[in-house]
Amino acid sequence: MDLSLEKISHNYGDLSVLETINLDIKQGQIVCIIGPSGCGKSTLLRMIGGLECPDHGQVFQVGAPPADSLNPLTYIFQDFALLPWRTVEGNVSLVLEDHALSATERERIIVDVLQRTKLSEFRTTLPRQLSGGMKQRVAIARALSVNPAVLLMDEPLSALDSQTRELLMDDLVGLWTREPFTACYVTHNLAEAVRLGHKIVVLSRRPGKIREIVEIDIPLAERKERMVELEHKQKHLWNLLRDEALVADQELVDG
Amino acid sequence: MADLEKRKAVPFRGGGFVHQPKLLTGPIVFICLIVFWEVGSRMGWISPLVLPAPSEAFEAFKELVVSGMLWKHLSASLQRLIIGWLSGTTLGVIVGLMIGLSSYARAGLSPLVSAIFPIPKIALLPLFVIWFGIGEGAKTATILFGTFFPTVIAVYGGVDNVDRGLIRMGQSFGMKPSSIIYKIILPGALPAILSGFRISASIAIILLVAAEMIGAEFGVGAYILLAGSLMATDQLIAGVALLSMMGLSVGWLISRAEKILLRWR
Repeated sequence: MDLSLEKISHNYGDLSVLETINLDIKQGQIVCIIGPSGCGKSTLLRMIGGLECPDHGQVFQVGAPPADSLNPLTYIFQDFALLPWRTVEGNVSLVLEDHALSATERERIIVDVLQRTKLSEFRTTLPRQLSGGMKQRVAIARALSVNPAVLLMDEPLSALDSQTRELLMDDLVGLWTREPFTACYVTHNLAEAVRLGHKIVVLSRRPGKIREIVEIDIPLAERKERMVELEHKQKHLWNLLRDEALVADQELVDG
Repeated sequence: MADLEKRKAVPFRGGGFVHQPKLLTGPIVFICLIVFWEVGSRMGWISPLVLPAPSEAFEAFKELVVSGMLWKHLSASLQRLIIGWLSGTTLGVIVGLMIGLSSYARAGLSPLVSAIFPIPKIALLPLFVIWFGIGEGAKTATILFGTFFPTVIAVYGGVDNVDRGLIRMGQSFGMKPSSIIYKIILPGALPAILSGFRISASIAIILLVAAEMIGAEFGVGAYILLAGSLMATDQLIAGVALLSMMGLSVGWLISRAEKILLRWR
């Protein structure tokens, strides 16, 4: 299943946050959206998954999602959004309980996703006992359990320290290499974008418009070894963003 | 290394302002107070007319136990307390959830709750007697109304404080609204609901005495009031101690419930 964004525009009051965004997300691709703070990239992601309604334009699903997909458009949030009163396994089963699944089928899914995210030993642990990286792994396991057609990731690594971020990036690359998934990945971190994105969409600041779409054709698994080539891309992205990032930084809140 | 003599350890400035558990201090203060009171009474510093000695109050309490009246008073009071508190908090949780979840219920009911909450329910007791009869009805109703309003406020405050991010997460996974309420909102509001229970239970005990002022033969409140009108201060102190023990037990029960239900915190 592909996604197609057609002429998305959105205002908050008089303020135009997004202006005529046209974008295609193709199956098996990771599309990164980057831009200075306040460019509406998180708003755009909420619209893609139907958590917010754009003033103009629409998001279309092109083609049917796989038949066994329980929740085609699935989010991974920056703050993990785990229920603190449920264990790791309980947080995963939460999103399966509303679907008609037999107990054995549910159990099979939970075992499978916990194993894929290396969480099998932590089944009965409560979120407060876990580190940030482990919490995000639980959120990833929960997202995988519903077999999504597209993963919508809202700065999933931004709340983590840089070492943990590196580890989780490797995990995401590993997951993708074993079984390519489709994803829309919002971040302000250029290093994440060049490591994970097949296509990097650069948004301009207010109103958010697409400035440029950068494609990287180095396979994800090889990128860690070919950092030098990526460095070049990253520099290019930074040149696109620097001036606007400067303005965004100096802007007064509500000013 | 010429400055070796000039060096000086950095003085410790942190510490303090942190509470540590001191298990014995509470009981020691309590026992000292009782001992002081008893000694004062025996030495004649405290006139028995003003305040009976703890031992006298204890005698009065023993008499209650021996005559079998303790259970009669206690069971009458506990029955009113339990029925009144259970029905008041059940209704309170339902209305509180409605106000927390529906904009219409909030717009319609929350001003009403704010208007009625501060009215002392004791002032309405004569009305309750007319409405519900002089028997158990008026007494239960007083406790019911008294516990209903603080519960409503605690519950909708708790619902308001549930992390909206968790609710959005539930929606983004396509969870049913009923599942979101039962599995995300209710457990999220539970800490606030339980602390509301703590307050409403104390209010229920306060109102119990007031409710037993009118037409009650048995009950801890009735016992205290009778002792008061007979100037039997030893019985009065015994009764008050009984109320205080009820309060402590309820507090302990709720602490247990918090420990078990909020283990995840």
